[in-house]
Amino acid sequence: MEFTLPAIKIGAIAPELILVCSAAGLMMLDAFAKERGKTLLPILSIVGLALAMVASLKLWGKSEVTFAGMVAVDSYRVFFNIIFIIGALLTVLLSMNYTPREEIDRGEYYVLVLLATVGMMVMAAGTDLIMIFLGLELLSISVYVLAGFARGQLKSNEAALKYFLLGAFASGFLLYGMALVYGAVGSTNLAMIAETLATPHLPARVLLMVGVGLLVVGFGFKVAIVPFHMWTPDVYEGAPTSITAFMAVGVKAAAFAGFARVFIGALGALHPDWTMVLWVLAVATMTVGNLAAITQSNIKRMLAYSSIAHAGYVLVGMVAGNEVGRASMLFYLLAYTFMQAGAFGVVIMLGQKGEPRLNITDYAGVGHKYPLIGVAMAIFMFSLGGIPPTAGFVGKFYLFGAAIKAGYVWLVILGVINSAISIYYYLRVTVVMYMHEEGEEVLAVSRAPAVALALILTSVATLGLGIFPSWIWEPVQKTVNLLLG
Amino acid sequence: MESFLFYIFGGIAVASALLVVTRRNAVGSAIFLILCFFCLGVLYLLLQAHFVAVIQVLVYAGAIMVLFLFVIMLLNLSQIEFGRIRNLALKVLGAALGVVLLINILGAINRPQLSEGVPLSEGFGGTAQVGMLLFSKYLIPFEVASVLLLAAIVGAIILARREF
Repeated sequence: MEFTLPAIKIGAIAPELILVCSAAGLMMLDAFAKERGKTLLPILSIVGLALAMVASLKLWGKSEVTFAGMVAVDSYRVFFNIIFIIGALLTVLLSMNYTPREEIDRGEYYVLVLLATVGMMVMAAGTDLIMIFLGLELLSISVYVLAGFARGQLKSNEAALKYFLLGAFASGFLLYGMALVYGAVGSTNLAMIAETLATPHLPARVLLMVGVGLLVVGFGFKVAIVPFHMWTPDVYEGAPTSITAFMAVGVKAAAFAGFARVFIGALGALHPDWTMVLWVLAVATMTVGNLAAITQSNIKRMLAYSSIAHAGYVLVGMVAGNEVGRASMLFYLLAYTFMQAGAFGVVIMLGQKGEPRLNITDYAGVGHKYPLIGVAMAIFMFSLGGIPPTAGFVGKFYLFGAAIKAGYVWLVILGVINSAISIYYYLRVTVVMYMHEEGEEVLAVSRAPAVALALILTSVATLGLGIFPSWIWEPVQKTVNLLLG
Repeated sequence: MESFLFYIFGGIAVASALLVVTRRNAVGSAIFLILCFFCLGVLYLLLQAHFVAVIQVLVYAGAIMVLFLFVIMLLNLSQIEFGRIRNLALKVLGAALGVVLLINILGAINRPQLSEGVPLSEGFGGTAQVGMLLFSKYLIPFEVASVLLLAAIVGAIILARREF
């Protein structure tokens, strides 16, 4: 067998390379620097992420597949990279004051955040089932550890163990599904799979269908769609809050990146087969997520269930499957990144060491004592609930519009009903903040300039996307035709 | 010579597989499972699949069995003798499933397309060919796997370190 090295285009994997190198550099710094040097760790992670952002943007508008069909260089990937990097940047900002307060400020924290971001990027870039699986594992293993980073706290341990056990199980499902699809089609390359499936008579149809079903389970777990969502509230509640934000925005977006690339890109020919399943799952996810969120008293659990419901909304775009649907998925995931990270930022801002008071009723009086934080939280809650003029409203508008265009009227009706239900528990937070009698004492704000910066950025972006959506909507529409490069 | 070795190691594999399920002692079962894995490795060697043979020994007989033994010792299973299965329905069900599997395997062996076979390319399944693929077509996945291992090592150290 002749040995031919594939064309190595460093530029095509520059964002990933930069982040891996920054992670390695952080490890060195953490090992050898004195105490003062270690304060540089978050700053350097931000620099690394910013460089990776620049490298990603350079790939915008290209459309090719490199490294022997393994890595796509297309706008779809670049857009997801932007989402991941913004998510990671916000996580670092939220962590800068949070980790010292909780006494979990170790250098490896930022290393793992960066490595998880690399995993997300690999998932979005992969045009081969192997790449997508490796990206998912890199992401998952880093996040399992991050979820259990507060080793001294029982809840964090519980979160890590639950996430790890169920996550490993879900990875098994995903891998099994990939193996069956490979068995039926004869290739792990997404473009090859799409080509084979485009021929009229499908080989080994049963094998293929079982494989696709297992893929739905595997991706569904990572995205947290009902009925694979059981882990979400416990893990989101127990993990350090900054990591919860990271999981809610980054991990979910990455799983959707792989989900959509595999299902719309490679399995597009089977669209009629998997749409019905996803239709049911989308309705179940929205309904269960919203109904369960209503009954929550802990704000982290409430946001966890709300993140489940939002996965359901994004699924609506995937069910629609048309170009507008795909574009609206990307738009919504970006909007969701800002509003969800912002909401967790407020939770961090108003928390004390050990986070003893996380009940929604503890937020009574916050709106009057800290008007700016109250306004920011109100913006995030309005946006999550889908009230104009916020990003959440525009995102839902695009998603539901795409589904109407594709003819899924009932799905949209159920989605809108769900959206209306969700407004109840989002507004309840605002009502408590502004109108409830203050209890024993109003929550104290911790001195956290980095978190404040993150709050400003996210609230401006949430409003900005809501008022000028076309700034993002127009470029995002260019990404949808290039799903396979 | 080849068929002679095949029957010897195949026989040992079957015998040790039987011993795995009949031993009362969990550690004994695990040891016989290692023997079974080793014999399977030899069978792969006889099929010219050197790489698979080495991986069989390294991964199954090595890493996975260590995990098995760890769990057995953590749960202290060696102290517990597994009792006889009393439930008749379970016995019948187990036997029935075994028979179904046997029929399936026999049916698959007798299929015509299996007996014909396809000629393999030169060096198929050998270490050289796997290495070639790993450094050409699968170069990027190979590198991502190394980053994955790095993340796993960092994570393991963080979670297992004594002082924090």
